[in-house]
Amino acid sequence: MSEGQIKKFMYVNRKAPHGTIYALESLEVVLIAAAFDQDVSLAFMDDGVYQLKKGFNTKGIEVKNFQPTYRALDDYDINKLYVEKEALEARGLTQEDMCVPVEVLSRAEIGKLMETQDVVLSF
Amino acid sequence: MLHIVNKSPLDRNALDTCLATAQPGGALLLIEDGVYAATSGAAAADKLKQAMGRLKVYALKPDLEARGMADRALEGVTLVDYGGFVDLVTEHATCQSWL
Repeated sequence: MSEGQIKKFMYVNRKAPHGTIYALESLEVVLIAAAFDQDVSLAFMDDGVYQLKKGFNTKGIEVKNFQPTYRALDDYDINKLYVEKEALEARGLTQEDMCVPVEVLSRAEIGKLMETQDVVLSF
Repeated sequence: MLHIVNKSPLDRNALDTCLATAQPGGALLLIEDGVYAATSGAAAADKLKQAMGRLKVYALKPDLEARGMADRALEGVTLVDYGGFVDLVTEHATCQSWL
């Protein structure tokens, strides 16, 4: 992509990890997109907030533990991670339970950010 | 009989239908995303606590561990491994998976 064509991409994650493939697939696409130097942000809503819950140990279910990848996102200059406040509260979670630095926003605030995007990708 | 729920309580209504259907004396096993119901602070935790009076509630420990939730399992929920899962299935004559 040539200079001056930077678009705003938002990835909206609403699924719990492991139970479906959505969380892992979203992460894969985010990493691919990172190679194109776009303006990327990630929103975690509903059960999607569980993707960032600290302390995954996937040995017992014999699947890949993709949680360390969230910590690597910063290396790709992806550091705009937004987490839905209402979703955390409904699940007994707090910002301290998240495995990476995040900004906690209300649904309405995430909605406003969504309106500012060029591209919204849903997982 | 044994009831098995594998869906997150905030994403699907599988747990609600299961709890409304299951008869006293039965057993409920939470697996996969279903284990979130058995974690403290979860919106479904109160429903589950009420159900514990009439159902024996189990959760698959490897699924809690995979989700970083093993240290938040609700009191009164018995954690089982895959061997325990098989035991539960063989101990009950019938089993309903609320997919």
